[in-house]
Amino acid sequence: MAQISQDNRGLRLVVRYTVLCLIAAIFSFPLIFMVISSLKPSQQLLADAHSFRALLPVGDISLNNYFDAFKRAPVALFVFNSVLVTGVTVIASLAVCSAAAFAFAFVKWKGRDLALTVILATLIVPFETIAIPLLLEASKLPWIGLDGITWGWLNSYRVQIVPFIADGLTIYLFVQYFKDLPGELIEAARVEGASWFAIYRRVVMPLSGPVLATAAILKFLVMYNQYLWPIMVTQEEQYRPVMVGLQYFFQLNRAWGEIMAYLSLITVPVLAFYLYLQKAFIASIASTGVKG
Amino acid sequence: MAGITLKGLKKSYGTAHVIKGVDIEIEDGEFVVFVGPSGCGKSTLLRMIAGLEDISAGELSIGGKVVNDLPPKDRGVAMVFQSYAIFPHMSVRENVAFGLTIAGTSKAEKAEKVAEAARILQMEHLLDRRPSQLSGGQRQRVAIGRAIVRNPQVFLFDEPLSNLDAALRMDMRLEIGKLHQQLGATMIYVTHDQVEAMTLADKIVVLKDGMVQQIGSPMELYHNPANLFVAGFLGSPAMNFLDVDVTAVNGSKVLVSNAALKPVEITAKVGGFSAGGKAKLGIRPQYLTPVDSGGMLQGRIALTERLGSETVVDLTLGDGTRLIAALARDAVFPIGANLGLTFDPAQAHIFPV
Repeated sequence: MAQISQDNRGLRLVVRYTVLCLIAAIFSFPLIFMVISSLKPSQQLLADAHSFRALLPVGDISLNNYFDAFKRAPVALFVFNSVLVTGVTVIASLAVCSAAAFAFAFVKWKGRDLALTVILATLIVPFETIAIPLLLEASKLPWIGLDGITWGWLNSYRVQIVPFIADGLTIYLFVQYFKDLPGELIEAARVEGASWFAIYRRVVMPLSGPVLATAAILKFLVMYNQYLWPIMVTQEEQYRPVMVGLQYFFQLNRAWGEIMAYLSLITVPVLAFYLYLQKAFIASIASTGVKG
Repeated sequence: MAGITLKGLKKSYGTAHVIKGVDIEIEDGEFVVFVGPSGCGKSTLLRMIAGLEDISAGELSIGGKVVNDLPPKDRGVAMVFQSYAIFPHMSVRENVAFGLTIAGTSKAEKAEKVAEAARILQMEHLLDRRPSQLSGGQRQRVAIGRAIVRNPQVFLFDEPLSNLDAALRMDMRLEIGKLHQQLGATMIYVTHDQVEAMTLADKIVVLKDGMVQQIGSPMELYHNPANLFVAGFLGSPAMNFLDVDVTAVNGSKVLVSNAALKPVEITAKVGGFSAGGKAKLGIRPQYLTPVDSGGMLQGRIALTERLGSETVVDLTLGDGTRLIAALARDAVFPIGANLGLTFDPAQAHIFPV
């Protein structure tokens, strides 16, 4: 019996690892293909695409595509713009949405449930349906800056940041997480004399690591992949993000090698950010059942 | 320090009335225990005093000041929760000092007060640990430490010992009693454990269905229960109740009997009896004594439990009623044998049905 169960366990392990390896291969295949291809000249890249050579760094390998990509487009500027817009939006979104969720989860006020329902209802509205009205509004909004009051937000960082700070999904994630925190912790803090803000800052936020990581990664991916909205609101290269920059490589002579080099470059921040928050992200998925 | 007055306090959730008009007067420095079965509203009442639940009607004063609409932080109360509610991301020191940190107390004063609380609760060696590294009893100490460090007017305890094992519960019970002696503060303690209520309280408030059943000292409640519920709730094993016929009434003297009970005259503490009517006769198991022959009650022994300190005998009377008797410590009775019992009528209670 012992022998059989030992064998079973071994077999099960082999099957499990085979399946996991297969899944890992499927997910890493596009990444490997992209990075390897970015090192090959376009003709070789296309010739290799039909064989396993596509996944191997063989043939005429060089960093030329990267140099050419930098020549063709202001890659550094695009990456900077994307990192800036994404970074500011993620941080502001975590602050605003967690504070809103705190008010929904812990503070009693009239109309709270209705307000939350309305916010959750926005989850079913696709961005494309509000893009045009939002553009019209953004083109008329006032701004107080160094030049005094100006009108219209187009061609700026703020027009890419502000509309995405608060969103239903992030608020919902926080509300769900907060509701699972033990209520007695909040009550104990209230009895101890803490204000709502002190409870938010000293009790709730320090216990919200997993949901902060999840919300940050989800927001990061959405913001970093922005394409439609930046195209609509930025006519000047100065403010454009990486996804819009991809257009530069599809105009005139299309060079697949350079496209792959550009894609490899703009993938680095995403991977770095994900790896940085990976542990907390997995802990959060495990604890909240929220899928990324 | 402060006394507390509850006047006609009510709490409703929609159409559900949880607290139905409670009047309690708590003296400064008194240890009051709210006791009652699950769902009787004792925790709700405590949370209303703490300010964690709104008051639907009535008036609550602490130290002579009406606090109905004050937030918890302005009521001068500290609370110890059933789940301890210590902050998992803070060290014991930070937990104990939490209220002081919020109040903006200076570092030196904070350190001094935390050290004093730690000394009182004998937890100096735990101050730099995280809550996850503490046992249940140690966590409870931290929760109490957080409460005493602010020197509040009133301490509120919400079933603080119910998550501890029996031995630890007894230790902590003694410590809470000692703490009350040391601090002399007003304390309100909620429990469903009558031993905690009897041993800790200066005054017990028995609650049922959101209403006060009786208020008094532990011994007053034990010896003079106001009604059937209080009589049955306090005391272990619980009081025996026999359905009896009232054969004569003479002032407060009520003559009762039934098929298994010889006629006996009981002094009633409440009115409402008439000859020919029915009543409940209450006899505590500890006040029954075995007799060699005869006796006021006769029964067949169904079960005996020898606990060392006493022997609990479960009898079935002639009319089928169950009767529990707690007899002298080493008494041995064979199961199935007949046993005659007697009791002092002065120690028996009679309640109208």
